[in-house]
Amino acid sequence: MDLILVNLIDGLVTGLLLFMLSAGLTLIFSMMGVLNFAHASFYMLGAYFAYQISLALGFWMGLLIAPLIVGVLGAGVERYGLRRVHQYGHVPELIFTFGLALLIEELVQFIWGKNQMPYDVPDILNFTAFAISGNSIPAYKIFMIFISVGIFIGLLLILTRTRVGMIIQAALSYPRTVEALGHNVPLIFMGVFGVGTALAGVAGVIAGPVLGTFPGMAFVLGSIVFVTIVIGGLGSLWGALVASLLIGWITTFAKSYNVEMETILNTIGLSTPENLDENIFRDFWALTSPQIADIIPYILMVLILIFRPQGLFGKRDS
Amino acid sequence: MKKITKIGAVSALSLMIGATAAFAEDIKIAFIDPLSGPFASTGTNGLHQFEFAAEYMVNDKGGLLDGQMMEVVGFDNKISPKESLIQLQVAIDQGIRYIVQGNSSGVANALTEAIDKHNRRNPDSRVLFLNYAAVDPALTNDKCNFWHFRFDANADIKMDALTDVIAEQQDIKKVYIIGQDYSFGKAVSDAANSMLGEKRPDIEIVGDELHPIGKVKDFTPYARKVVSSGADAVITGNWGADMLGLGKSIIENGFEGPIYTYYAAGSGITAAFGESGKDRIRLISQGSINPIGSEEARELYNAFEAKYPDGNIDQSRIFNVIGMLSKAIEEAGTADDVVAVASALEGMEYDSMWGGKLFMRPQDHQLIQDMHVGVHTDENLDFDYDQSGFGIVNESTVEMASMDAPTTCEMKRP
Repeated sequence: MDLILVNLIDGLVTGLLLFMLSAGLTLIFSMMGVLNFAHASFYMLGAYFAYQISLALGFWMGLLIAPLIVGVLGAGVERYGLRRVHQYGHVPELIFTFGLALLIEELVQFIWGKNQMPYDVPDILNFTAFAISGNSIPAYKIFMIFISVGIFIGLLLILTRTRVGMIIQAALSYPRTVEALGHNVPLIFMGVFGVGTALAGVAGVIAGPVLGTFPGMAFVLGSIVFVTIVIGGLGSLWGALVASLLIGWITTFAKSYNVEMETILNTIGLSTPENLDENIFRDFWALTSPQIADIIPYILMVLILIFRPQGLFGKRDS
Repeated sequence: MKKITKIGAVSALSLMIGATAAFAEDIKIAFIDPLSGPFASTGTNGLHQFEFAAEYMVNDKGGLLDGQMMEVVGFDNKISPKESLIQLQVAIDQGIRYIVQGNSSGVANALTEAIDKHNRRNPDSRVLFLNYAAVDPALTNDKCNFWHFRFDANADIKMDALTDVIAEQQDIKKVYIIGQDYSFGKAVSDAANSMLGEKRPDIEIVGDELHPIGKVKDFTPYARKVVSSGADAVITGNWGADMLGLGKSIIENGFEGPIYTYYAAGSGITAAFGESGKDRIRLISQGSINPIGSEEARELYNAFEAKYPDGNIDQSRIFNVIGMLSKAIEEAGTADDVVAVASALEGMEYDSMWGGKLFMRPQDHQLIQDMHVGVHTDENLDFDYDQSGFGIVNESTVEMASMDAPTTCEMKRP
């Protein structure tokens, strides 16, 4: 029972982190129709910049400055890269962001090397907030929860309650009209791209000390971010939140309990074959939930695409 | 006039002799390991240690035999067995007689088979395989051959020493074993289970788990299981990002016992653990640098740090490879006849500058050596890793570990 509570908290942390990444990606997609393959690379840049800044100015300045640099870089990429490629259509755009991801990874390896970086949790947050029957919950995780929830509420308020949000939402559906009303739509695009990448940067800054800061960190998270926004519905902030939390909890619980495939199959009415050792499905029967935990989100995505192609919260795309 | 000609002829002759000595064929060593891709840092670091060892231990002291220099040539195998075989062929075509490799037992298995086959078919261009780090026990058992020498202790020997140390800790009652889901992780788990069962039947294995290699983003759920199992100690063979992720997570989430490891030092891992791993992480290794084995080793390490400020000597066995190979070449009196060199290596006893004796067991070509279990700390260090102020300090030593361990090797000699 206690472990369930602990897993709920762990899953929440994982989910919210995923949300920060997918929020930026889904925002960019809904605005510009660009699937930014380099999104996770900006996450990695956030972690590396924050590490470098934290060496000189401490963790908190890193948290403040690194996302800004990443956001400016992102805006620059949109202004001088994507915008030029945009006129040739979606495929060149995809390829451009794909190349950018590879380039960023090589650059990071070139500058910082291939080793893990000693980027650590700040001392002030390096203690156990509380423990549930021996399982400590680090204060840093609580801090991660607060940051992500804060960002979600902030984004939601800006998008739904402010003038800027109104213009952004209008530019999404009727760019020509918005332009005709005297708003600078390309500038809005650039801003959104910058903010989206900055969000990925924030995720990197706070995830780096926990998940490790190394050149493969973008690759590890790259595909799951896309799965999240597909499940949530492309372009939907609420969808990104729900899908992130769903994935966070599902994977955490699947890894925490060693449920065997045999048990699952037995409960749905299939009986275990007599000579399991000689059965060709032997390995399938012996699967355990931790082994497939990381595939479950992909299975979920496929099911969603089949039964509800627009995603959980997405509006149907014409 | 005549005299001048004479002097000229003599000096020309002596020059020629000097030149032949200087231009005598170098002894080349092919280093076949990953120099690009995700494991490049391990490979590159290993290459640096080999180049430095050849330079410092052989060339700076005037070379071998009649002044032959030793040269290490890097070949990038991208950690793929297929690519390794291509690189092996390239190396053989270049007339190289000595192959060194260590990263991935999968590659080592492919190489040892290919080399055995090549040597049987081409007695004129035989090569030796000096395996400095691939620890699959099969390489010196079922798959052994005359051309393969292993300078690292195999996974069973390491676990034997590790469990010797664990067995002495009376307060350890429950152990959790966790590793990467592939042959090496399984070998570690099997060895830990059987050896602990033998040495301390009262110890309960409260968890025995494999996780996908290189794919786990967050180790928290695994850490929760470790903590709630009530384990007093953890054993893992994890390496790279998997080692760091697992270790950090179980420490952060409330586990308080020791973590016994194979590969939790150097290459950024020591720096990244820093204070959090202090007195918690224990590591099995050969050749102690804290305290340093000898003054000779201290001088060598200082010279290495001067040349590679960002590097670590985290594979001291590389220096044993160069040292023992040099000795074997000197004893054989030739570097070209690898059968003579291999025969000299067989059964060789060698005093390592890192402390302790080394013995190349002739039955299976497995090097028998002292194994050390050290602890991650920032106190009493001669040398740290990653310029982090932290390093591994020796706590206990198993002398000539597994000297009498049985082998299933049936070696055919040429």
